Amino acid sequence: MGKRVGIIGVGQTHHAAKRLDASGVELIAEAVTRALDDAELTIKDIDAVVIGNMDHFENINYVDMWAIDGLGAFMKPVFKVTTGGTTGTTVGACGYYQAASGLFDVVLAVGWEKNSESDTQAAIATCASPILERDAFAGAIGPLATEYSMYMKAFGATEEDSAIVAARDRNNALNNPYAHSRQAVTVEDVMNSPMLSYPIKFLDMCPRSDGSCAVIFASEEKAKKLCPKPAWVHTSVVRHDYTHFGDLEWTFMPTLERASARAYKLAGITDPLNEFDVAELYLPASTCGVKWMDSLWFCDHGGAPELIRKGTFNMDGQLPINPSGGVISTNPIGATALIRIAEGAWQIMGKSGARQIENVRKALCTGFGGCSWSDVMILGADLP
Amino acid sequence: MIYMERVAIIGVGQTKYEHGKQGNFAELVFEATSKALQDAGITRDDIDNVVTVSSDFWDGRTISSMAVSDASGAFDRDITTVEGDGTFGALYGMMRILSGSFGVTIVASHHKGSESNMNIITNTAFDPLVERKLGLDAVSSAAMQARRYMSKYGLSEEQFALVSVKNHGNAMRNPLAFLPMEITVEDVMNSRKVADPLKVLDCSPVTDGACTLILAAERQAKKLTRPAKCVWMKGVGHCSDAYRLGDRDLADTRALKDAAKRAYAMAGIDDPRRQIDVAEVYDAFSYMEPLWLEGLGICDDGKGCEYTERGYFEFGGKLPVNVSGGRLSSNPVQVAGLAGMAECVLQLRGEAEERQLDGAKVALVHGINGMCGQSHCVWILGK
Amino acid sequence: MPDWKDEVEEIIHQGKISVPYTWTVGSTLSRFYCELRDSGKIWGNRCPSCNKVFVPPKVKCIYCYKDLNDWVMLPGTGTLETYTVVRYEEPMLHPRKAPFVFGAVKMDGADTAMVHLIGDVDPEEVKVGMRVEAVLEEEREGNILDIKHFRPIG
Repeated sequence: MGKRVGIIGVGQTHHAAKRLDASGVELIAEAVTRALDDAELTIKDIDAVVIGNMDHFENINYVDMWAIDGLGAFMKPVFKVTTGGTTGTTVGACGYYQAASGLFDVVLAVGWEKNSESDTQAAIATCASPILERDAFAGAIGPLATEYSMYMKAFGATEEDSAIVAARDRNNALNNPYAHSRQAVTVEDVMNSPMLSYPIKFLDMCPRSDGSCAVIFASEEKAKKLCPKPAWVHTSVVRHDYTHFGDLEWTFMPTLERASARAYKLAGITDPLNEFDVAELYLPASTCGVKWMDSLWFCDHGGAPELIRKGTFNMDGQLPINPSGGVISTNPIGATALIRIAEGAWQIMGKSGARQIENVRKALCTGFGGCSWSDVMILGADLP
Repeated sequence: MIYMERVAIIGVGQTKYEHGKQGNFAELVFEATSKALQDAGITRDDIDNVVTVSSDFWDGRTISSMAVSDASGAFDRDITTVEGDGTFGALYGMMRILSGSFGVTIVASHHKGSESNMNIITNTAFDPLVERKLGLDAVSSAAMQARRYMSKYGLSEEQFALVSVKNHGNAMRNPLAFLPMEITVEDVMNSRKVADPLKVLDCSPVTDGACTLILAAERQAKKLTRPAKCVWMKGVGHCSDAYRLGDRDLADTRALKDAAKRAYAMAGIDDPRRQIDVAEVYDAFSYMEPLWLEGLGICDDGKGCEYTERGYFEFGGKLPVNVSGGRLSSNPVQVAGLAGMAECVLQLRGEAEERQLDGAKVALVHGINGMCGQSHCVWILGK
Repeated sequence: MPDWKDEVEEIIHQGKISVPYTWTVGSTLSRFYCELRDSGKIWGNRCPSCNKVFVPPKVKCIYCYKDLNDWVMLPGTGTLETYTVVRYEEPMLHPRKAPFVFGAVKMDGADTAMVHLIGDVDPEEVKVGMRVEAVLEEEREGNILDIKHFRPIG
């Protein structure tokens, strides 16, 4: 068996719509410097590096090669991983597996994006098969809007349910100095915001941001030596099961169900709603924050609206979701999923400042992207 | 450095390498992956995770992994994607097994260079804020590296040409190779000038193809397949040099030396020239073969061409290099290093048919990433 | 192979992805390009720890990972470390018609080379070790092509 691994440091930039003061390399340098400071390490302590983003957002080929200066990766082992919106969790999983393998003890994992540098929708559209689907169905909003419409029809969920989620995440962001969009909103504000693609409205949807996040993973012995309270990785599970949008089952979120079920099994979780103390979830739209609760096994299919309406996932609820403000407050795509892991880690390490939840022993982090793909990582205050 | 457990390559599958292949990305990956599963004697039920190797740029789409996830056997399996040469994908595939989370990894790479413009795509590897505007690409930058290598050690274009002659000639024994050719140094010297000192026959061709490797932890390998099929991943190292060409002496192979050192230490190799029986080295251009052989410690700095002239690296020489025909005969970019691994697996198993070298027990495979070989991955495989 | 595959017409679809870009130059290179554009001067920056001078200027020292706040004005002259005469046409990329010359110029006062065009010289006359100087465009926009090329000195 491999080694157990803990997160010993985290750094992020102050995410924004446009960071005109910082090039991509400068953004990466910021996050890496902050992560090293957080872990009280120098670049010499890093044994290997992994980086990820979505190529077409900045049009840079071989990003791992281009980013050397910002990563501090000169004469170090480095490579790149990328899987669309799930890139951040793919990067996180890679940091974890490298440290667990025994080949490298301290691994720097970096996600970043400068979405301001391109037309996000035009770039995302290129993920659809050019032969079958690109002309007809592509983009991020279409599929999400479609799935919630079907969920509303099947189970009586409402636009107001998703507006509750939107208001929750956006108000949470007020406690997070790193968040891109920090605005106090009411459910009514959300309901009145312009419609983008029925039933998703402007305030339901994530922004596109410039930002970077760096997470330092260390194998057990090193982690114990270097960090007083590492966030231990309990498990990582990925299910990227679909290539064509037309193949999807729409009334539930199949990849999230499979990924989370497997993750819970590996991590010995039988009652997720009660066993997790905090969840940082990749919800690209508030509608996902309703429908996907079923698929995380918090309730039966169709049970989510009741939980939402009861305030189960508020900061003072049974299982706080997205104290950071989540994806609808901050979305530098290549970093977004890694930020979930970063925020989950800080919650365990007790470094979440104004957004800290008390006594976090177990955190649930998820990633989403591509053709309805799901990643799950479970972190814990105790060794797995 | 102690492994928790050994990892073996138990299956390989490759498509023929050629220009203008008819299949789409998924079809190529399906072909290579099916062949690999068949070679290993296992089914998709036996694998638990997938590493795809692809490039959003060459594929002309974002999330290039999406096009091939079904075809690579990823349904209801953990999957990830490395962008870069296949040797790095194999490295990550091995680490995922060593982590203890997985037992059997599919590493599936694909590339269809014929569907795009290589110059424009490699130009995007240069900094949009600086060198990209100059119009540099893989060829013009490699040409500068070749010239630097020549002037540092007093080498000639004719010496580089020998590599092209050797590798295209070697390809005659490889039914999968794109450009098997019997050529002479004169043919290379007379081929059309591209960017001095590189001529057409000094450069690798735009190629399409796919290659899949199946890796297994020792405990799984023992259960699933016969010992004859297993080739052990004995050592690996990777390392990147600086990004800007101007930050580097282009003829200094420091990053490769570092990567090789790690790989050799892991594999217990202290005299590479004598202990390695066969090598696949990333010859994207003719001059790169002797340059990288120096970085690999097979010869001293500046001596790569001398050894080439002596026939040391010929098919019948002391240390045959690129018996598959090398990248000069087939260069499906991200696939290329993995194809080198596939060739070495066949050699070590005794399955290399016409190309078979007697008694090959230890192989070296080398892959590069980035322009002018900025980053390197070195593998030692053994029986 | 099933019969229908032998007879099917293999269709090709043409496509071009259309994603326009606006890159943020960032603080470090913005300063470099502003000086180039406005004063016609080439600046590098120096690491306080190892004293290496980089041009184009860097965000962090690649050796020490320290912030670089020491700016150094360079004379704009240097020595040609390597070059190539490009003989193929790639109109979408190349700023000049072939044959033209790319070179790496080890800049005086710095520890790095700059890659650029080598001009005002017959491509066949270019030699490694030549001393060269930057020639600036009259009208400059704040990018690397504000340097027209490097030409032989004397």
